Amino acid sequence: MSIQQLFYTLQLADNALINGHRLSEWCGHGPVLEQDIALSNISLDHLGQARSLYQYAAAQMNALPMDAKLNLFASVALNDKISKGETIEEDDLAFLRDSWDFKNLLLVEQPNEDWAYTIVRSFLFDVFNLYLFNSLKNSKEEQIAAIAEKSLKEVTYHIRWSSEWMIRLGDGTEESHRRLQQAFNDRWMFSGEMFEASNADKEMLQEGIGVDLTLIKNQWQQHISKVVEEATIMLPTNNWMQTGGKQGKHTEQLGYLLTELQFMQRAYPNMEW
Amino acid sequence: MNLIKKYYYGDIPEEKGGQDKSTAHDHSKEWPMWEVFIRSKAGLDHKHAGSIHAADAAMALENARDVYTRRMEGVSIWVVESKHIHATESAEADAFFEPANDKIFRHPTFYNLPDEVKYM
Repeated sequence: MSIQQLFYTLQLADNALINGHRLSEWCGHGPVLEQDIALSNISLDHLGQARSLYQYAAAQMNALPMDAKLNLFASVALNDKISKGETIEEDDLAFLRDSWDFKNLLLVEQPNEDWAYTIVRSFLFDVFNLYLFNSLKNSKEEQIAAIAEKSLKEVTYHIRWSSEWMIRLGDGTEESHRRLQQAFNDRWMFSGEMFEASNADKEMLQEGIGVDLTLIKNQWQQHISKVVEEATIMLPTNNWMQTGGKQGKHTEQLGYLLTELQFMQRAYPNMEW
Repeated sequence: MNLIKKYYYGDIPEEKGGQDKSTAHDHSKEWPMWEVFIRSKAGLDHKHAGSIHAADAAMALENARDVYTRRMEGVSIWVVESKHIHATESAEADAFFEPANDKIFRHPTFYNLPDEVKYM
């Protein structure tokens, strides 16, 4: 157990939670009933993954000595609980940390905008998840391997869904093609961060718990290129990438998202359904 | 951008309702309808579960999965585009089904069943 392993677990958990929440924003607003439900299902898959990962992260955090876990995150509400000696639970990690405590990718916090932007974000992230979990199922850490194995089945469906929509929109009408290309160009600069190794990524790779992001990058690029070609759109030539999410430096979008996501627990601490 | 949409309801004739064409529902752009059949477990037959809209067969299977098997209802799905289903008409129901009404001898109730046969 180490702080880096906790951070690594939180990288995975935060990605799942924030991506799941973004997709859940479509609930009741989908273009057709069937796709509305499809998105809610996918969103729930991600939230389920987030729960398993936060439970595991909370257990790791509780096992840390007081001086290591107090002020590990900036959140006053979380530190208040820790200083009182309370046990940290999955919900505390999701609802009581502030945006600079979150380690998710900038990509997943980007707003839905429209159907094309949503599909592009999902597609870029789903392909990453596929190879990530495929590799993580061999993790030395049993918990992570088990979560990866379970998630892999879900991801396989997600990728089928988002890839088909990429092709359907890209190779569809003139308007859908134009709007998908626009969304792809706009979101592309958030894709590089997936393969930028944080300290947690590096240490977990050394310990055989994490994955080699350079290998995943190759698999991801090949997969993306294939679908992009079939969707008849162009890979953006601009390769400048915006990063910072894994270090807690987020776009303003995450603040708005957390305001909504965390409102109930912040306004009514410890409330339950 | 036009943010205010006018809605009209069924009993106003289109020409009198002054329907705004930009918000009119265009059925020709709707995805075709598909009938969904679900097998709840291996060995049982596929049963009609309902219908969905989808652009093609692959999407129809996925939409059916998402709408009808979210609570573990199935292990196999069939879809068929609704236009390929041919149905009897209710006007013909008498001619189709009445003649079977007084043929009780077609039920196997006049036989003595051995005790070993449990489900008939």
